[in-house]
Amino acid sequence: MTLQGDDAIVRFENVGLRYGLGPEVLQDVSFTLQPGSFHFLIGESGAGKSSLLKLIYLAFKPSRGKISLFGREIAVTSRHKLPALRRKVGVVFQEFRLLTHLSTFDNVALPLRVAGTRESDVRRHVEELLSWVGLKDHMQARPPTLSGGQQQRVSIARAIIGRPRLLLADEPTGNVDDAMGFRLMHLFEELNRLGTTVIIATHNMHLVERLGHRQLCLNDGRLSVKEATTGSSTATSGPNSAFDSFYHASTPLSQRQAPPSVSPGRETGPDEDGKGRRDIFGDPASLENFL
Amino acid sequence: MKSFFSRRSDLPLDRDAHSRFLPWLIAFMVFLAVLALAGVLVLKQVAARWDQGVSGTLSIQVPPADVPSADETRLGEVLKVLATTGGIDRYEVITDQRMAALLKPWLGDIRDMAELPLPQLIDVKLKPGNELDLAVLEDQLKVVVPGVSIDDHQIWLAKLVSLIRTVQGVATLILIFIACATIGTVIFTTRTGLAIHREAIEVLHLIGAHDTYIAGQFSNRALMLGLKGGILGLLLGVPTILGVGYLAGQTDGFLLPGMHLTTIHWIGVACLPVFVASIAMMTARTTVMRTLAGML
Repeated sequence: MTLQGDDAIVRFENVGLRYGLGPEVLQDVSFTLQPGSFHFLIGESGAGKSSLLKLIYLAFKPSRGKISLFGREIAVTSRHKLPALRRKVGVVFQEFRLLTHLSTFDNVALPLRVAGTRESDVRRHVEELLSWVGLKDHMQARPPTLSGGQQQRVSIARAIIGRPRLLLADEPTGNVDDAMGFRLMHLFEELNRLGTTVIIATHNMHLVERLGHRQLCLNDGRLSVKEATTGSSTATSGPNSAFDSFYHASTPLSQRQAPPSVSPGRETGPDEDGKGRRDIFGDPASLENFL
Repeated sequence: MKSFFSRRSDLPLDRDAHSRFLPWLIAFMVFLAVLALAGVLVLKQVAARWDQGVSGTLSIQVPPADVPSADETRLGEVLKVLATTGGIDRYEVITDQRMAALLKPWLGDIRDMAELPLPQLIDVKLKPGNELDLAVLEDQLKVVVPGVSIDDHQIWLAKLVSLIRTVQGVATLILIFIACATIGTVIFTTRTGLAIHREAIEVLHLIGAHDTYIAGQFSNRALMLGLKGGILGLLLGVPTILGVGYLAGQTDGFLLPGMHLTTIHWIGVACLPVFVASIAMMTARTTVMRTLAGML
């Protein structure tokens, strides 16, 4: 089940994880994620989904096995090089993990500031993105004063402000109804269409089956892979191609590389060549309507 | 200055109760440090002046003769010996007027010095680096005038200088203790801050912040609090040393010569807040870097 390829975004080889002296919560996990792919990570509560994501976003070291991220083996990568890898990964945490003492603006600006982006660029890009996610009027609001849906949008904005090559979302539909869940999924699919590799951890099988992407199934810490079904709605395009505007902005947001364009061979939409691309920032409908 | 003290931080360190307490603690430390440093500098100066002023000098007492008219003869004999002794730079007989002035505080106005059986005094200045054997000189003098005695200032002065140096050492030790106490307090404060803001620090870490970025938030805060406290401590300390200096100026100038700070000393004292704030900043930075090194 391991796919080989030097350009793999994530590669796990016989990875095991245990917390302290407890039992292994992940056992012999091996898989490879290719650039531009979309995966659901499914399993019952306690199956190890969050633990697997934590290993990918480098919150923990595995107890055994080998993990490579963007072609770098983590165990032999010096510690001071890890922040650069982390900046290529956007994470939408299950509980959002917004910093409650900071404003919406400052929360979204964090990834750019830690990357040393100039303050004038930070201001410009964060304002653009917050307008885009419909939070322009809440830029100075603190997270506790926002609704659950608004906090989620702040969390997503923080995860994508640096144009990550890999986006991880842990139970992003856990606190929302089905309709909102589908809208969020379309958002992630849109990001994926623009080249971002996406992993969504969820136990909402209704969503998973309806969207039909490749599934990484965790069962008692062991991983199996279920290939995508024909019902996949990946790479759709249409009125929300506004993501292009943000992702393909002429000025880089940080020193990071912009994500690669959609992988060759994948289904592409009419906006791929840039024709028909709308400027979402001038569009009041923007993401708020999308969501 | 205000914008410097209110620089943006990703961590709410300014709301921590313990960090509000830190400037007051540092103010107290700097206050003590100002006093200790001023003490060290002044004592160093006093000891050096005593040393310089009195080393290489001695007094020779020629006791009064039974017959007053013989005094001049006896003095002349002593001066002859001194003139032929190598190692003596110059010598000077203390005049009656000067003797009367020296005794005035104790005896009041003396109309006729001859009425008092006072010894005659010769102030002798030795050549620098001279190894004159005082015992031999005293023996030679006693041959010509029995009862002559040599008073070497170095003997009692050495004890005084040694006392001063001890006090100076204690003051230096106090400065070191103050630095250690500042370091300990900042380590404690920083560790508490790290524990309180663990969640926010973890988020910063996970979105790609380098350790230096997170440490910078703590060290900037420590620097600002250190400067605030340090300036406050300096403002309290300076009037205190000026007050002590004023009181010292009221005493006899001989015992406490040069009991004042020079411009260089004042610059040194004024640098104390910056020095203490720098210690606080470096300590906070090191503490955070060490703690974060334990994370992946």
